[in-house]
Amino acid sequence: MKPLLLLTLLGLSLPALADRLPLPASTPASYKSECGSCHLAYPPALLGAADWRRTLGSLKDHFGSDAEPSPAQKQEIATFLERNAGNAGKLGNAGEPPRISNTARFVRKHDEIPKRFWRDPRVKSAANCEACHTHAADGRYSEHDIAIPELRE
Amino acid sequence: MKSLSALCLLLLSIASHAETPQQIRQTYVAEAAAVQTGFTPSAQRGAAFFKQRFAINDKMPGCTSCHTDQPLNAGQHAITGKNIKPMAVAANGERFSDPAKVEKWFGRNCKEVVGRLCSPAEKADFVAYMSEVR
Repeated sequence: MKPLLLLTLLGLSLPALADRLPLPASTPASYKSECGSCHLAYPPALLGAADWRRTLGSLKDHFGSDAEPSPAQKQEIATFLERNAGNAGKLGNAGEPPRISNTARFVRKHDEIPKRFWRDPRVKSAANCEACHTHAADGRYSEHDIAIPELRE
Repeated sequence: MKSLSALCLLLLSIASHAETPQQIRQTYVAEAAAVQTGFTPSAQRGAAFFKQRFAINDKMPGCTSCHTDQPLNAGQHAITGKNIKPMAVAANGERFSDPAKVEKWFGRNCKEVVGRLCSPAEKADFVAYMSEVR
């Protein structure tokens, strides 16, 4: 009986673990202020180290905006992203310029979302995690925390 | 000893950078007055600037593209869709309390939306409007 209970608990907790992507405790304040003002401060594990490097190398024209931080902040952010980057092999190709929303992992996780939800003015872009993942800022991406029902109205 | 504690207090205040919107406005007023004798800030001019269409950026023709034309309301980033807290001090007490943050965003947004640096006079008017709008 006991192993069954444990197995059930493990089965229940695995999907939840996979959907929890909190920022590491070591996240520098510069990452939150420089990379979390115009969009969510994305979990660093959602891009591989090489893609983060390419992103940091082109901040002067970051999707049309000049997002270049001070050299000291940039160094701090680069070190942080290097240490906490995800496994590019598992995530899949992020394209050029790298976009989290291009990776196979992102596409697979969102394949059931109808196009009209993405076009909703309250969503606006795939960069806007919080439009549906209401607790994304706390790293909670579980399906229980998604506000899609509201979008159906 | 006294001078040491005074120094410590000074260092603490430099480290935290907390100021009031009035202090931040006054810094810009002083800069503006240095080039334009008798400059006084105007919330009305600040409002006109905030609502102006500069139209040098297709996606963000003016401040209102992201901040809406009502600074007491929350805004939404024109490209990413991220929520933006209200600009007006009356609706968001955190606004205009960190001089470095204020300078950073004037720097970025003036370049991107206005197409040039903003003058100290424009910044003083802008802070006046955001401090007074109800």
